[in-house]
Amino acid sequence: MRLKISIDGKTYEAEVKVLEDDAIPRQIQKIRMLKVGEQGLVVEFGTEIDPAVNAQVHRLAKILTDEVPEKILEVVPTYRSLMVYFDPLVIGRENLQENIARYLTSLETVAAASDTTRIITIPVSYGGEFGPDLEFVARHNSVTEDEVIAIHTSTPYLVYMIGFTPGFPYLGGMSERIATPRLKTPRVKIPAGSVGIAGKQTGIYPIESPGGWQLIGRTPLMVFNPSAKSPFLFAAGDYLQFAAIKAEEYGALKEQVASGNYAPVVRNVSRAGA
Amino acid sequence: MSTIQDKGRTGYRAFGMPISGVMDSYAFTMANILAGNSRNAAVVEMTMCGGRFRFPNEAYVAVCGADMQGKLNGKKIKNWSGFYVPAHSELAFGYAVAGCRTYLAFRGGIDVPPAMGSRSTYLRAKLGGIEGRALQSGDVLEIARAEALPRELNELAHSLVPRYANDLHLRVILGPQDDLFTEYGIATFLNQAYTVSTRNDRMAYLLEGAIVAHKTGADIVSDALCPGAVQIPGSGIPIIMMADCQTTGGYAKIATVIGPDLAKLAQAKADDKIRFVSCSDAEAVVALMTEKKCYEKASSASLSKIDASV
Repeated sequence: MRLKISIDGKTYEAEVKVLEDDAIPRQIQKIRMLKVGEQGLVVEFGTEIDPAVNAQVHRLAKILTDEVPEKILEVVPTYRSLMVYFDPLVIGRENLQENIARYLTSLETVAAASDTTRIITIPVSYGGEFGPDLEFVARHNSVTEDEVIAIHTSTPYLVYMIGFTPGFPYLGGMSERIATPRLKTPRVKIPAGSVGIAGKQTGIYPIESPGGWQLIGRTPLMVFNPSAKSPFLFAAGDYLQFAAIKAEEYGALKEQVASGNYAPVVRNVSRAGA
Repeated sequence: MSTIQDKGRTGYRAFGMPISGVMDSYAFTMANILAGNSRNAAVVEMTMCGGRFRFPNEAYVAVCGADMQGKLNGKKIKNWSGFYVPAHSELAFGYAVAGCRTYLAFRGGIDVPPAMGSRSTYLRAKLGGIEGRALQSGDVLEIARAEALPRELNELAHSLVPRYANDLHLRVILGPQDDLFTEYGIATFLNQAYTVSTRNDRMAYLLEGAIVAHKTGADIVSDALCPGAVQIPGSGIPIIMMADCQTTGGYAKIATVIGPDLAKLAQAKADDKIRFVSCSDAEAVVALMTEKKCYEKASSASLSKIDASV
């Protein structure tokens, strides 16, 4: 397919081979590069939430991090665009944009060669004191509590991006059969590790914070641990697979996590197969 | 409120970690230069009202930013200068008379353990500084040991001292979502004066003033957010993101305040007036270079007065 990239009115075109198993929209995709002050630029792949568009974001993030780390300060992948922070006294915007335009044309090579992702298992103790809203979520959707758990653990969820608080994942792919509106009155204090539902979204609270999500369970894992070598349990682009554990297992796992003896269950898979 | 800050915590924004760090990077950098420190040494950032500091040992400190009428053992100190503090002294600050943030740098830097590569305090995640919280009375600040302390007063050249006015012009680069606003909306944003509301803190400055019209709506599919970003929520009233801002957000951003002007905004307080001025990428880069030159000028002047950086 032909890729059109418009930068400050100038349009660049490139031939891009689309993989068979890739669901990139078939129409010509317009990629825009937008200014964010003098020290940032956004590469916008689309305006919708779409796993294929998000995959492009993560591919470009990987290329930029691997190929030109000295020229960029930081990249932030979001649903449908990549923020690139740079020092304009080190690399000019035009120069950076031309570099990126070139990398965009090689996105498919990255996809074929090394586009793997991780599925991280998140053990969750559902219901009871950890999930005070499980019963409400079940009643709201006319299913049993066990069915809510079965549906919630049935499929891995894509971490589209991380934001809101350190480590908070914006997850996609939850079944509408357990979608539930937010609480009318948000809670003042939600413990770290709480797993909740808000509308069609599901997520984990990495740090204690206020919030209005329906809480269905809690994980003993530390999503955010500032003193660890890798402070975050997962990154944008990973998938999370929730797995039900018994309330009795929660304490033992929590102890293992606290003493640093818990290794999270992680599977590496190709993105297309995730 | 006073917190320990340095330049900030970069490298984790993809994980939702704000950069935090000082609000006014200009005053902060000058304070470190005048104290003879490396540019990223941790300092105390005081907002609106300063604290009282007792020195059991001698020290060399620098004070830059808002004038909080600092007094060393009862005697008025010079703002925008570095000076020697004898053992058993007391350095006391009052309310800010111009500007609202003051930086107190200690020669050697404040020695708190870095958290994820930075000593900056981020209250929401209880990270950095002292136990991730604001300073409170009774706290002890450990200062990294410096070699022989200079005795000379180290004043910043007058030409490098900014004036904090009650109405300021902030240069902005339009975008990334200026195409989501009507022509009239953009004209409003660039031509009307806005007032800083009482809701201003390290996370964001909420303004008051004319409504900026969106074409269709304020909501976008959430994307990245950085200090300086001007969000226009459904109310149509601008919000300028600051050091502790979230890394992503879901409101359309009409423009971004350029880096060098963000320091000026950090000194603005409720009721101050703001006008946004559109500028080009090239003008912003020139402003960055000018700022860099100011630091170089201050550095070489400082080095000729006091000995080399620690």
